[in-house]
Amino acid sequence: MKNPPAIEVRGLRVARGGRPVLHGLDLTVADSSVTGLLGPSGCGKTTLLRCVVGVQRIESGDVRVLGHPAGSPLLRDKVGYVTQAPSVYADLSVTENLRYFAQVLGAARTDPARVLEQVGLGEHEHDLVGRLSGGQRARVSLAAALLGTPELLVLDEPTVGLDPVLRQDLWQLFHRLAAQGTALLISSHVMDEAARCTELLLMREGRLLAQDTPQGLLTATGAHDIESAFLALVAGSDTEPARGTGDTR
Amino acid sequence: MNTRRTLATTRRVLLQLRHDPRTVALMLVVPCVLILLLKYVFDGQSQVFDHIGAPMLGIFPMIVMFLVTAVATLRERTSGTLERLLTMPLAKQDLLVGYALAFGLVALAQGLLAFGLTVGLLGLQVAGPTWALLAVAVADGLLGTALGLFVSAFAATEFQAVQFMPAFLLPQLLLCGLFTPRASMATWLHWISDALPLSYAVDATNKLTTQTGFGSAVAVDLLVVLGSALLALALGAATLRRRTA
Repeated sequence: MKNPPAIEVRGLRVARGGRPVLHGLDLTVADSSVTGLLGPSGCGKTTLLRCVVGVQRIESGDVRVLGHPAGSPLLRDKVGYVTQAPSVYADLSVTENLRYFAQVLGAARTDPARVLEQVGLGEHEHDLVGRLSGGQRARVSLAAALLGTPELLVLDEPTVGLDPVLRQDLWQLFHRLAAQGTALLISSHVMDEAARCTELLLMREGRLLAQDTPQGLLTATGAHDIESAFLALVAGSDTEPARGTGDTR
Repeated sequence: MNTRRTLATTRRVLLQLRHDPRTVALMLVVPCVLILLLKYVFDGQSQVFDHIGAPMLGIFPMIVMFLVTAVATLRERTSGTLERLLTMPLAKQDLLVGYALAFGLVALAQGLLAFGLTVGLLGLQVAGPTWALLAVAVADGLLGTALGLFVSAFAATEFQAVQFMPAFLLPQLLLCGLFTPRASMATWLHWISDALPLSYAVDATNKLTTQTGFGSAVAVDLLVVLGSALLALALGAATLRRRTA
């Protein structure tokens, strides 16, 4: 039997503080893929990721993760989530943080050492998280999400503020994880990260502009890079008639 | 509820405290210093110290534990670690009971220290069994912890959390019978006082300092204090939501 898609979203609508944020999204994320969720700041990327991990109250629509409704108790040890701000304890050491999250997950005792190696923080294991640099803290947060080998990783801007070498290392790690069968959904507002993904979701103002492979997007828009492709798609969608402005062209 | 996850949480909270020795020192030393001050403020009036020293043995730890717990859990909410934990296989009770156990241990240490000082060194006269006084002091610390966990749900910032101390605890302090006997209050004040858990804690210590033996009335007071702590914990669990707007 074929695996269900890692994520399946149908007609997802979300309002935050009375303001609509997502206006009926439909999308699919395949398993063993590295899917980039790209769009400008404030377009609803984080809200969509919160829906996928099941912490966002939604208005209507359906979000299924690994074949189960998002947020189902069955998913709690199968989905790793990294928020944009590092969500680890600043007043604990790196190992103490990872050991606690591993115990909560019921992961193996050797898991903290394994994930530390994966994010390249091996020599900082006894450092207090509060004394690490911003980029190192972000990697501790990522390491915590890698514990217990999740089937889906949801990462909110995991490479922001990292130097180019580290960014490249992390993207290589993401592809190794995908090759081992993990699906990854990674948000970014930096368009040049798009080329590193196997699949792209382009978002703007709470709507999905396109879902395609990087090459497919370039071919469809005739653009030379993803940024130009994004701009071409925005221009295209803005000239569509009847988008609530009374324009009946 | 899951024992492994609950105890892992307790261990984690205690480790956080270990990295913050100044807070631990403040939690343990401040109630003792306040009791010592109280003793010398009423120097030469030993019956006054006997009257208010015993309730203070419970009240100071309650205030300290309330503040520490409210701020610690609020930090958990604002740092994003709560959101991470709620996407993991951790039941809400695992988290709250884990916190309550960790701070309960601190309350026990604090109670023992303050009790040793008050009864041992300062010679507080207790007619009833002294272990019962210690039990009330520790129950007060637990109550402070549970109330702190509960109010942290209603605070968005640490400023607000600290403001909940005068809003939540000082009315209880005024109405608990420490300043005026509860029986001589206006009826409506007496009703409010009846609904506040600290009144029972002070009632219990008053009975213990004046009457011999551990009567059923003291047991009821103690149960009310512990029951209020459990109720506050249950309400705290109800305010933890996996899905938020």
